[in-house]
Amino acid sequence: MSGALDEEDARALAGREVALIDLLDRLLQGGVVLAGDLVLSIADVDLVRIDLRAVIAPVDAEHPAPLLP
Amino acid sequence: MTESAWRQHMVYAYAVLRPTPEAAQAVATLRGVADEQVGLVETDDLAAAVGPVPAEEFEEGALRAGLEELPRLEALARGHHGVVAGLASLGAVLPLRLATVYRDEDRVRRVLQERRDQFLPLLERLAGHVEWGVKVYTDPTDSLAGDAAGAAEPTGGETAGGEGFLSPGRAYLAARRRRRRGAEEAWQTAARTAARIAEEAGGLAVGRVAHRPQRGELAQVGGGGTAGGGKPGGENIANDAYLVPADRAEEFRARILAAAEGQPGVRVEVTGPWAPYSFALPPEPEPAARPEPV
Repeated sequence: MSGALDEEDARALAGREVALIDLLDRLLQGGVVLAGDLVLSIADVDLVRIDLRAVIAPVDAEHPAPLLP
Repeated sequence: MTESAWRQHMVYAYAVLRPTPEAAQAVATLRGVADEQVGLVETDDLAAAVGPVPAEEFEEGALRAGLEELPRLEALARGHHGVVAGLASLGAVLPLRLATVYRDEDRVRRVLQERRDQFLPLLERLAGHVEWGVKVYTDPTDSLAGDAAGAAEPTGGETAGGEGFLSPGRAYLAARRRRRRGAEEAWQTAARTAARIAEEAGGLAVGRVAHRPQRGELAQVGGGGTAGGGKPGGENIANDAYLVPADRAEEFRARILAAAEGQPGVRVEVTGPWAPYSFALPPEPEPAARPEPV
């Protein structure tokens, strides 16, 4: 990963096989958040996360958030 | 492009990076969320990877509606990731949050100028680092094996006397108790392994972010390198991201998987290397980003 990668490595890194949930963990919680001229504000993205909770991360009495780590 | 053509497009921004010839070369090979050609918007010492996207799909209402449909969200996420990952090999890239859209390139340029004092130190911190995802699961297939072993060599009084003497109801309850104890032990083993892994990881990583453990339908579709069986299922009890120097990336992965070896009832998945999504945040109060001693 240090230094330049050839095109094939770069494609591998682009990771077509990346699991969607791992990607969403990063794209919906990580990344620099810019406001100001932004058309869609971060609050909206958080709303999306809440709306998708049923699919992505249902939290219920049977599956309380563990205290780990 | 004419003025009227511009109005039909918005500018989707993927990442902030240094305006180098290599960066210009890299973006030229990339297509974005709307299959558009990606390019650079530059200021003196910063650049943003951006692409023109159709306004009718990316204005606020359409975008918000689209994000609430999983297939559309997935397409957007994979498109965004494709560009960021394509730039990650350049060494220093600051991924932007999903769905960062501007009206035109001038506004992007202005943001680069306004936030320059935040972007430059962040880029410097992340340069030459990669992110690894480390997920720890309980492994039900393994704990079932442990349960069977426990039944084969009775230890407690309730079985030493022979379950033949128990009524079917009591035998059932005893078995249930054992199973429950097995699950609890599996959870605790997994928790201990998670702690050991966090300690091991802390030795190599320069940053750690704990994501919420994964639940729900999407969590059932696994991915990434695995130690300890590799079968899906089990409960995700830790979902962490670590920032690791790129030249120790493979060592990190190997050490994490080794730390998980030979732990019955535990499955560990390592995903990545990722662009440093989880660390592309404004500097937090220090403790949150430090590896915690365990």
